[in-house]
Amino acid sequence: MSKRFPGVQALRDIDFNLRSGEVHVLFGENGAGKSTLINIIAGTFPPDEGKMTLRGRPLRLHSPHHARQLGINAVFQEFSLVPTLSVQDNLYLGREHTRAGILDKAAIARGTMETLELLQFHIDPKAQAGSLSRAEQQMVEIAKAIQGKPSILILDEPTASLTENEANHLFALIRRLKEDGLGIIYITHRMQEIRRVADRVTVLRDGQLVATVAASDVTESSLVELMTGHAVDALYPSIAFQPGQVMLQTVGLTLTSGRVQDVSIDVRAGEVVGLAGLIGSGKSEIGRAVFGLESIVRGSVVIGGDVVSHPTPRGMLDRGVVYIPPDRREEGLVAMRPVRENMSLAALGLPVFSRLGFLRRRLEGQTVREIAKRLNLRPLNVEREVAYFSGGNQQKVVLGRGLARDVKVFIFDEPTTGVDVGAKVEIYGFMKELCERGAAILLISSDLPELLHLANRSYVMHRGKVRAELVGPALTEEAVLANFFDLDADAA
Amino acid sequence: MTTAPMQRKVLRSNRFADLTRAIFSSVGILPILLAVVILYFASQESRFYGTANLTNVLRQSTYLIIVTLGQALVLISGGFDLSVGAVIAVTSVVSARYMSSHYAANPNSELTSVLVGVGVGLLVGVVFGLVNGIGVARFQVSPFIMTLGMASVGTGFALYYTGGSPVSGMPPLFTREIGTGRWFEIPVPIYAAIAATILVLILVGSTSWGRYLYAIGGNTKAAFLSGIPVGVYTASVYVMCSLLAAMAGLLLTARTSSGEPNLGGQYPLESITAAVIGGISLRGGEGRIMGAVLGALFITILTNGMNLIRMASYFQTIAIGAILILAVIFDRLRDRWRV
Repeated sequence: MSKRFPGVQALRDIDFNLRSGEVHVLFGENGAGKSTLINIIAGTFPPDEGKMTLRGRPLRLHSPHHARQLGINAVFQEFSLVPTLSVQDNLYLGREHTRAGILDKAAIARGTMETLELLQFHIDPKAQAGSLSRAEQQMVEIAKAIQGKPSILILDEPTASLTENEANHLFALIRRLKEDGLGIIYITHRMQEIRRVADRVTVLRDGQLVATVAASDVTESSLVELMTGHAVDALYPSIAFQPGQVMLQTVGLTLTSGRVQDVSIDVRAGEVVGLAGLIGSGKSEIGRAVFGLESIVRGSVVIGGDVVSHPTPRGMLDRGVVYIPPDRREEGLVAMRPVRENMSLAALGLPVFSRLGFLRRRLEGQTVREIAKRLNLRPLNVEREVAYFSGGNQQKVVLGRGLARDVKVFIFDEPTTGVDVGAKVEIYGFMKELCERGAAILLISSDLPELLHLANRSYVMHRGKVRAELVGPALTEEAVLANFFDLDADAA
Repeated sequence: MTTAPMQRKVLRSNRFADLTRAIFSSVGILPILLAVVILYFASQESRFYGTANLTNVLRQSTYLIIVTLGQALVLISGGFDLSVGAVIAVTSVVSARYMSSHYAANPNSELTSVLVGVGVGLLVGVVFGLVNGIGVARFQVSPFIMTLGMASVGTGFALYYTGGSPVSGMPPLFTREIGTGRWFEIPVPIYAAIAATILVLILVGSTSWGRYLYAIGGNTKAAFLSGIPVGVYTASVYVMCSLLAAMAGLLLTARTSSGEPNLGGQYPLESITAAVIGGISLRGGEGRIMGAVLGALFITILTNGMNLIRMASYFQTIAIGAILILAVIFDRLRDRWRV
């Protein structure tokens, strides 16, 4: 079984093949082209150049549906469940058992039970998909993919929201499926998982194939080096921390949604404090709550000694706090407007930018150009629409918005998702500069190496609560990971 | 072996297609349409390019231009306003009623009567705009439902208020000076339209209010995270739109010399068509005010031309609807080509 396609726009000249009975791990940074590659294989969109073959025969996929009919099933990170339908209806969506055109509900219920049994997932087949937790939805997605009796299975970070125990069941299942001759493409960022399940590893960087290696032949650090193209040390700057007074503090913060419970953290001027945790652990919600984007039921937010009873973005900006959202396109940028307007957006009310509501366009242009130069925006054209910039440069525009004001506290929420390595280095350098000039930085990140190298102190979140605070030498990968998962008695 | 993708690639790099796309996506389809329509009507009917007709077209277009300015602002902020027609009708009957009764009681102070009528008319605009704006911004009613509902409320109110018959007896100062008057050979409403256009251009181009409209329409969440009070600005744009519609309503009332409860029904559709054909995106955050003004001019020229060549009014209605749909399809295509 093999697939090849030299040349796709987000991907250039990728040769990739998958054998039956193997787990082939795709490894690379966000934006390296992993999702593009699996989307092509799963039939979401066609390659612009190159070809694919399935069992030696040329393959042209018309749609994800077509791919599924050929036995290619994918579990993406974005879930494809219909939230208002039950688990079993979701499992059989598009391939319902029917008898003379009428749904055969008994057969559907039976099939669902069998699949869930096989996976040892404990989920009520009649529950509404939307009422399940993220982890349970992930299980349903996996069950749905297995249900179709695939010959190729694509798993995109399947353990991202599973507990260790559930992940172990998944690994056992993967081994069984391998023995049955399935080919599995597996995307993960976790070294441990590569060691546990991978047969071969393909490393992608900036849409290009770096190497395909046997999993038994590589070390962790050589993989990271292949992935980033740098030795690890060159990627992260060393920051001279000089913790001063407490700038940002939460006291017993509890959200109405219950996603954050009784969280007390503090961030001092001149330091980078990390917030680690799995997706859904509440780490992102803390940053959002501080900026007034989540409803707080108990506890308080304290900025520079003042208790802020009802945080709002406007009030927080006025107090010198800025929140850099994780999803640039969704919450950060007005894509069809020029860089200049995007960078000055949060600061237009200041006297530098407007007087009595009338814009001072020349000053605005000057100020923005200076910021763009400082951030090394490429291309350095502030009149260009933001949509035409690369991910890394778009992120600089979002950061630049914080620089247009006098900001003392930066909350970075996943600042380097979908950012190429070069821009990453620049963003890290920028954080170093801010921190050494005395800014307080709260770094919320799922990128563990980033967190470990940049923060001098880190909180680890688990199910809405602070599980641990790790300072200095105690801040290690093992220590953070140990606090990520549920403590399971039967962990392998 | 890989012929299909290769062919597609060749097609994509076709020079002519690229050039056409570049022109369309930068200036839009409007200048081309405008030229075609003018040339066509000029060739069909010699009266079309007479000075009398051109002045007439310009005066006719002022009402739609003023309404379209407001509609364009709402569209840029990511909404739309279907109640502009109802605002025109209510403004017309309410201002006419106040003006005529005030004039009947004080026949010697025409100017005061006119000012009272204009003030009341603009107040109608403010009230409609506030209701729309609060509904959309505070209670999160979709602009479609909110303004459709207010369109029905307004139309019903205008009919109820007058019993369905026109209100007459307005001071001659109003109907003569504003309705049919000319300054330096140019009809008065044209000055009004120019003033409104300049006002809106300044608001959009040189104030933070205008900048925020684009930000809210382009990405509401990003605007909110940038500390912009999104609700206040959203509400204010509906007030602005209704005020402009009320202004058009007053000018139309002066023109017809009576308060007409049936006035303005075509304006919601025509103003949206004009704005979209002028390059204002239905998804918000994009478009230029001058484009919308040209769009309004185009619609009026088209209607005028169709009248001159004696096209049946039923067909004209069909044509306007078809043009709206084409403009929206083009709007979508432009979006796709640009990426």
